Amino acid sequence: MTEIKLMKGNEAVAEAAILAGADGYFGYPITPQSEVLEYFMIEKPHERTGMVILQAESEVAAINMVYGGAAAGKKVMTSSSSPGVSLKQEGLSYIAGAELPCLIVNVQRGGPGLGTIQPSQSDYFQSVKGGGHGDYKLIVLAPSSVQEMADFVSLGFDLAFKYRNPVMILSDGVIGQMMEKVEFKPQQKRLTEEEIMKKCPWATTGKTPDRERNIITSLELVSEKQELHNIKLQKKYKKMIDTEVLFEKFDCDDAEYLIVAFGSSARICSKAVKTLRENGVKVGLLRPITLFPFPTEEINKLADQVKGILSVEMNAGQMVEDIRLAVNGKVKVEHFGRMGGVIAMPNEVVEALNNKLIGG
Amino acid sequence: MSENIGIKDIISEENLVYSKTKLMTDKTLSYCPGCGHGTAHRITMEIVEELGIQADTVGVAPVGCSVLAYEFMNVDMQQAAHGRAPAVATALKRLMPEKYIFTYQGDGDLAAIGTAETIHACNRGENFTIIFVNNGIYGMTGGQMAPTTLPGMKSSTSPFGRDVELMGNPLKITELIAQLPGTHYVTRQAVHTPGNVRKAKKAIRKAFENQTLNKGISFVEIVSNCNSGWKMTPLDANKWMVDNMFPFYPLGDIKVDGEIVNK
Repeated sequence: MTEIKLMKGNEAVAEAAILAGADGYFGYPITPQSEVLEYFMIEKPHERTGMVILQAESEVAAINMVYGGAAAGKKVMTSSSSPGVSLKQEGLSYIAGAELPCLIVNVQRGGPGLGTIQPSQSDYFQSVKGGGHGDYKLIVLAPSSVQEMADFVSLGFDLAFKYRNPVMILSDGVIGQMMEKVEFKPQQKRLTEEEIMKKCPWATTGKTPDRERNIITSLELVSEKQELHNIKLQKKYKKMIDTEVLFEKFDCDDAEYLIVAFGSSARICSKAVKTLRENGVKVGLLRPITLFPFPTEEINKLADQVKGILSVEMNAGQMVEDIRLAVNGKVKVEHFGRMGGVIAMPNEVVEALNNKLIGG
Repeated sequence: MSENIGIKDIISEENLVYSKTKLMTDKTLSYCPGCGHGTAHRITMEIVEELGIQADTVGVAPVGCSVLAYEFMNVDMQQAAHGRAPAVATALKRLMPEKYIFTYQGDGDLAAIGTAETIHACNRGENFTIIFVNNGIYGMTGGQMAPTTLPGMKSSTSPFGRDVELMGNPLKITELIAQLPGTHYVTRQAVHTPGNVRKAKKAIRKAFENQTLNKGISFVEIVSNCNSGWKMTPLDANKWMVDNMFPFYPLGDIKVDGEIVNK
């Protein structure tokens, strides 16, 4: 039987990475996610599995270490929080351009700028719309529990290698810092170099006589070829949209109103839904698990059924734009959010739904 | 006798005294005629061939004139973002400690935008090789001032010559990193004469061989010309380099086996 542990979300990420057979973690401390690196340093995964852990001199260096390791076909990752993730955007653009698999964990805090160390969801745009320069997408997973923090590590690595694309776990200070019970999957073996050469024939492991040299680059100076590369990338993103959408629905079958919320906001909203139902308001909750690809189709279907949709986010209104695109004017879509690290209360959500959709 | 010798005799195996290394591809170099990059590429790849480590070598290309180094060097290579090559190489070496890892970088890449990555990788004592081509100017971008541009030296962003009062001092990054405990071998070479090419090649060989010792970074600066950026003929550029660059960036070993060389 698997052992159930009580752990912080950040610690669960680190333990899950060791168990997933990750080859390397390169990071830089920043609140509220420093426990990831701290846990690694305590746990000594170098002795447990041979996993390499390095505290880089900056977030910029850390993501470029991830780029180097990923190009060699290794299972590599980094984690950071909002201002740190902003610094990583250069590297993420290169990694997406060079089509390399890697995992990045963003435990969001309030911004802009240095902002606050309290939780926020204001990096939604940056995460799902590209973030760095150029047309690219990350697969973005939004955990709402410590268990999902752990589960999304191996899921993230699997998706990253399936698509040769960076995957982001978009968490926040609530999920990163809170403690919950968590159950881990059994230890996976790290791949040997021979296995990597077989599984990732594109990897820069050293040119052997049986193949041409492998080159990892995001550079193409001929515009027409660069366009072809972009077309190829867009096809890949379309395939993600067609096959990788994940979401959860609660009380949606008879819902007359719909709340859409992800991550820690979804937990607050589930309490609000309970209260509203007790007051006779038929409300359902849709929790997107993948923020890219977004559950556009499902929201569009629900828009035929409900009178209005409320997007609840810890920001000024970011995901609400994707909901409006999904709904395409069928019903009213409103936003409720708190900013700057303030966590919304369930009664505020109840009030917002009453004021903006039922009363309004 | 001479009428009996044909081209076939000349190129026959036993008569050949020199041929292009197979570790350089047949692709035409993108460098300006007279530029030192071609020679620096060639001697680097000759060393990889002579050591027989092609299957164990991964290179990291920079941004700048040598951004396309991977087109010419017949080894597995990664192209890094501006200045980030030492970070990329750090992960490569840590994850594949048995491989030979090198970065190939110019002065803008290594000594301006990548100063942090350079200093920290060197100070950590990462066990790879850095080949640093210093021509005192941003070549690919069109001849702008570099951190290594000499005082009084003209560039498109120092059109009346580098004014130290206004633009700051040139950065002797090689002397700087030689002070760091993580560097094992630091040397400054050039490739403008056959004698210098031989010395530079010897330095690169030592830099690669040092990786087996696992003692820290080997750093080979190659002072080179940029006849296009300097707006000179190749011959004039080499003369200008000898007269002006070498007094400021003197050739020779700076640190050997972890010890500063006192001249």
